[in-house]
Amino acid sequence: MCLGVPGQVVHWVSHDPLFAAAEVEFAGVRRTCQMACVPDAKVGDYVIVHAGIAISRVDRDEAEKSLAELQQLGLLDELSNDA
Amino acid sequence: MKYVDEFRDPQAAQRLVEEIRRLATRPWVLMEVCGGQTHGLLRYGIEESLGGAVELIHGPGCPVCVTPAEDIDQACVLASRPGIILASFGDMLRVPGHNGSLLEARARGADVRPVYSPVDAVRIAQAQPDREVVFFAVGFETTTPATALAVLQAAEAGTDNFSLLDAHVRVLPAMEAVLAAPENRVQGFLAAGHVCTVTGFEEYHELASRFGVPIVVTGFEPVDLLEGIRDCIRQLEAGTATVTNHYARSVRPGGNTAAQGIVNQVYEVADVAWRGFGVIPAGGLRLRPKYQHYDARHRYQITASRTSGSDTHIDECPAAKVLAGRMKPPECPQFGTACTPTTPLGAPMVSSEGACAAYFRYRPGTAEAHGTVGTEAGAQPEDRTGVKH
Ligand code: SF4
Repeated sequence: MCLGVPGQVVHWVSHDPLFAAAEVEFAGVRRTCQMACVPDAKVGDYVIVHAGIAISRVDRDEAEKSLAELQQLGLLDELSNDA
Repeated sequence: MKYVDEFRDPQAAQRLVEEIRRLATRPWVLMEVCGGQTHGLLRYGIEESLGGAVELIHGPGCPVCVTPAEDIDQACVLASRPGIILASFGDMLRVPGHNGSLLEARARGADVRPVYSPVDAVRIAQAQPDREVVFFAVGFETTTPATALAVLQAAEAGTDNFSLLDAHVRVLPAMEAVLAAPENRVQGFLAAGHVCTVTGFEEYHELASRFGVPIVVTGFEPVDLLEGIRDCIRQLEAGTATVTNHYARSVRPGGNTAAQGIVNQVYEVADVAWRGFGVIPAGGLRLRPKYQHYDARHRYQITASRTSGSDTHIDECPAAKVLAGRMKPPECPQFGTACTPTTPLGAPMVSSEGACAAYFRYRPGTAEAHGTVGTEAGAQPEDRTGVKH
């Protein structure tokens, strides 16, 4: 939960400043994520998500590299385990 | 997947390894701050590949691990009260306190639930207005924005059956505590890239110059780690101590100001206890008075405060020494014998980001030396093809 997981913004659910939310896809798993910290992210952009909240935008290469590394390190379990 | 090859770039890694070995005129001692970095370093055998040019001391970079046992005890007490739902991250539920873990409390009948996000805990409270939901909030600056947002959303929606058992901590004061310890051996830091994504790294300059240590903001991928190490060694050899950013792809000097704004609305800096360190000045956060009614310690009148936490650990687990960099996991007498990921005695073996779990997974040889075979689920040795030896 400390490591951020990169995902791609699929569509926005709400643009309310406090309740901003979007559906984000991570390695085939989709989750609704809080977007209050990255209000300018667009559909198709990559964001890094910690504990359900997107905290930064990254480019596609960086996102793919990080995701591959998290998979290598076996640190992607939280996507499927917790909830 | 095409990107795996690109990214685990053996040539680039090899070049960096050679460069670092060439640069280092003596063994330098570096600390990586983040648990993800610890995993990357061990997974790729980076320290060995450098042939003694650096010694890596693993930092306290796992928030589950640095949460004091007293906080877990408080969570267990709250969880066992009728009407309370205790929610936290999955790893946190498995860490033993003095009277067992939250999962053990659940086995005794407490309503304990793993959640992916603090915001999910607010949703549980909204769905079950007749119950009280307490979120056991742990984490570094990467996770604090999520908890702060959960509080703001609960306040906006008037959700009053939600509160926090807060254990949020701040990384920079812990780095200072490491440097200020009389037995400190750390000469340079690989700072945590993801934390700096939120906080930026402007505050690091003062620490670097006061203690004369280079601080390099670093990611957790092998080439990133090697670049961070190279930059640290370059500085140490040149006698400089500045802050540099090797994670510029996602870290900006000022961090994410929207996230900082959310955190600052809800939280103020506080002195709090860390497992392995005792109380660290400005080492954590507490809810601002305006949000005090979301503080579970206030709401349920828990008298023990976060600053009264002693440096105690669970008897047979010397996690405190591991977390402060004074002991490497294989030096622990329990490592790989009494303590494994399936039978963890302490947080660093429970948490997927913990140093003991990383050693157990990637250094099964060290477990064998201590009389066990590292072949339990999840403990298979993996090839280290990222860096040639
Ligand atoms: S190996 Fe187990 S008992 Fe030893 S320090 Fe690590 S978590 Fe504690």
